[in-house]
Formats: sequence, structure tokens, C-alpha cells
Amino acid sequence: MRVHVPTPLRSYTGASLVEAHGITLGALLLDLDRRYPGLRFRVVDEQDRLRPHVRFFVNGQQVFDLGRPLGPEDELHVVQALSGG
Amino acid sequence: MTTRRRSASTTLLVSTRKGLWLLRGDAARRRWRVQGPHFLGHVVSHAVLDPRDGHTLLAAAKTGHLGPTVFRSTDLGRSWKEAVRPPAFRKARKGEQGRAVDHTFWLTPGHPSRPDSWYAGSSPQGLFHSGDGGVCWEPVSGFNDAPEIRPLLGGPQDGTPDGPKLHSINVDPRDPDHLLLGMSSGGVHESRDEGRTWARLIDGMEVVEGFDVGNAAFHDPHCVRMAPSDPDRLWQQNHCGIYRLDRPATAWRRVGRAMPKAVGDIGFPMVVHPRDADVAWVFPMDGTSVWPRTSPDGKPAVYVTRDAGRRWRRLAVGLPKRQAWWTVMRQAMAADGGAPVGLYLGTTGGELWASRDEGARWSCLARHLPEIYAVEAAGPGR
Repeated sequence: MRVHVPTPLRSYTGASLVEAHGITLGALLLDLDRRYPGLRFRVVDEQDRLRPHVRFFVNGQQVFDLGRPLGPEDELHVVQALSGG
Repeated sequence: MTTRRRSASTTLLVSTRKGLWLLRGDAARRRWRVQGPHFLGHVVSHAVLDPRDGHTLLAAAKTGHLGPTVFRSTDLGRSWKEAVRPPAFRKARKGEQGRAVDHTFWLTPGHPSRPDSWYAGSSPQGLFHSGDGGVCWEPVSGFNDAPEIRPLLGGPQDGTPDGPKLHSINVDPRDPDHLLLGMSSGGVHESRDEGRTWARLIDGMEVVEGFDVGNAAFHDPHCVRMAPSDPDRLWQQNHCGIYRLDRPATAWRRVGRAMPKAVGDIGFPMVVHPRDADVAWVFPMDGTSVWPRTSPDGKPAVYVTRDAGRRWRRLAVGLPKRQAWWTVMRQAMAADGGAPVGLYLGTTGGELWASRDEGARWSCLARHLPEIYAVEAAGPGR
């Protein structure tokens, strides 16, 4: 499936749009980490919690659960959510 | 064992809320070349040059949105690689509250006999070790999971607004198994077996009025230093004063009582002379009423003792004389190895100041940097 990558993560992917696979959001992030080592820990902590200033949208709907099922035609947007100066 | 390279010049590592800068001085420490920013936009809590090889740099970083990591350079900052496994707590067992590193706060190279050993302290508080030069990090279970320490570690809702910090990791140059660290809050702790077991070292330290002095959770060491020339001499800048401890004694003495009353003995950094354990410098800040934590009366000054804390002398030549409300963080003041010793301090207002003569005269090296979190000095001769 297509994954839109925000600028803070492009030092890993080298591109704004990449392909990755997984039957859940968690599996997809593991696949992204295999392709781009180190990326997952920047967006998911060691207790498998999504980091608070990174947001995930599947087909335009925000998701908070790594167990969220995904299909091959789904599209994921990873978005940075900064606050403060 | 790695060959130690003694540099003829001084390198400053200036970690800021928006990136890392390196300043390279000439042999006289008069002319400085600025290199950076590295990691522009990253919150860099601490960066350290490995004194064991003279060219490996580690930097603890995160961004506003991305999780924490450690970057590593083996060519003095020309190129960087991210740690393969940055400091992280172990996965929580069922029913346990899981802890996650918000940021790595402190980095300390290990003992010279163990050239790839590094320690890291985090917020929320945790101790981590790398045995491969900072590539892969493991939690130090003897500390992080010890039943007597676990209640002190705190979580994101405890401690200061930016989270409680594990800091001041000291490795005894005579004994790689002997470690000393500070918890802010949580007290001073010491291990004699490379981190497997720990003992508290809080006797003599004071706490905020009305709290139990016997409870380590109420102790807030801001910076703890083992004197490089005599590791039995410990120095500490605490939330409640300046202290000294000479081993084998076990009780701290509040030597800050000898500071001028109008200035007080509150502050964050503690710097010790590299060759004379009786000489130490502090940067007092206002700890009255609501704790402004700025230079008392808007007049920045460094204070030095040359007799192990019996007397303190004001050093302010070259520093602004009035209306300068500086804050200097606990890692943001450092000494080099020169003769005379060079001193460096960075302010939260983004100014870097230096003295080539042990604090007698000061000049500004850089302005307009982001908020300075840490300053480390490497060389000359160190």
C-alpha cells in the first residue's frame, strides 16, 4: 500500500511516497522499519504506543490503534503534529 | 585498548534546543571556528566527545514530534549515523505500567579500559549502557528494575515539567565498576559492581523545608562531579545548596554556606578543576520566592573556591554588569584541560561565554544561538 511520509521521516525513506505492506497498522510499521531501519522507534515507543506528536490517517480517517486492519488498496498518511515554537 | 589522543586545541560541543554546534579553538583559545548546525531542529540534550579516542562523538537528540535517538560520529562530526537500538526501557510485563524514554538526557563515556562502553541517563529516569560504542543500548536492569529504586524513577507526570532527569553519571577512573549518578529528583546513588547493585549517598544533603530528609525522593541533586584528580573528592550543586564529600566519609557537607548571603548557593552546574580537586566553580542563580533561576539581581557571576569550599570568590570581569537575567543549565558549564584552565558557559538566551584564565576574565564567543542545554569542552590535553 501507499504510505505518504512527512518531512521529518524522509531522512529515512528518501521519498515522500513509499510502498509497504502489512495486514495491520502495526505490521505495516514493522515492514517500514525493515525497509528503513530506525524509522519505527521514532513514531512508536518501546511499549508499542504511538508517539503523541505523530498522527496516522488511513484513507483520511485518523487511527490510534496498531491493530487496525489494513487492505492493499488502503492509503496511509503519516502526519507530524507539532506544538509550540 | 584504544590509544588516547591528547589534542593541542579545544573543541566545544554546544547542544541546544534546535541543534548542535561545534566550536574549534586555536592553541591559544583566542580564535574559534564555528561548525554547524548539526541536526537543525532537533532538541539536542547532550553531546560528548569520547576522550578515549579523540574522534568519536555521541549526541542525544529528538525532535518535537519524533521519538528519542542517539547519533554517532567517528570522524569528529563530519558524518553521523543513528544508533541501531537507541536507549529504551524493556517492554512491560503483563499488568506492569510500561515506561518509555521521552529523551536521553545525559551521556558519559565508560572507563578507559573499556573503550566501547558508554552510559546514558534518560527522562523519565532510567540508566542505559552500550558496550559497542553507542550503536546498541540496553537498559541497566540492576538500576531501572531495582525494587528500592523503582519508586524514585518517576514517570512523565512526576518531577519537573520537562520530566525527571537521570544525570551526572560518573565513572571512577580507578575502577570501571564504580559508578556514581544523580537523580533529579531521587538523590545520589553509587554502585561498586558496574550497576548491578546500588547504595544511596544522601546523608548530609538538605531538602525543601518540611519534607522528610530520609526520603531519597525529596532529594534533588542538580549536578554531581567526581574530581578528576582525586575521585574520592565529590562535589555537588543541589536544589538546596553546594556540597562536598570526601570519601570514605559518607555525609555531604554544605560548603555553600560560605557563599555571600545575598547571592546564595542555589544553581545548576558544578565544574571541578581537572588537576586540583580543591578548585571548583559554580554559577549561582536566584532560588528565592518563586525561584526565578536567573542571575541574582540580574548580575551574572561565576564563583570559585580554591580551598575546597571554605571561601568563595566572585568572578565577573567581562560579564554584563546589570540587567542580565541569565539561566545556565546543569550541563551548560564546562572546563577544558588547559593551563590555565579555560571555562565555558552557555545561557538559555543562546549566548556562549568563555574565560581563558580560570574565570578571571570573560568574553562572549557566540550570540543568537538557540536555548543552550549543554556545553562540553574537549582538549587541550584532555
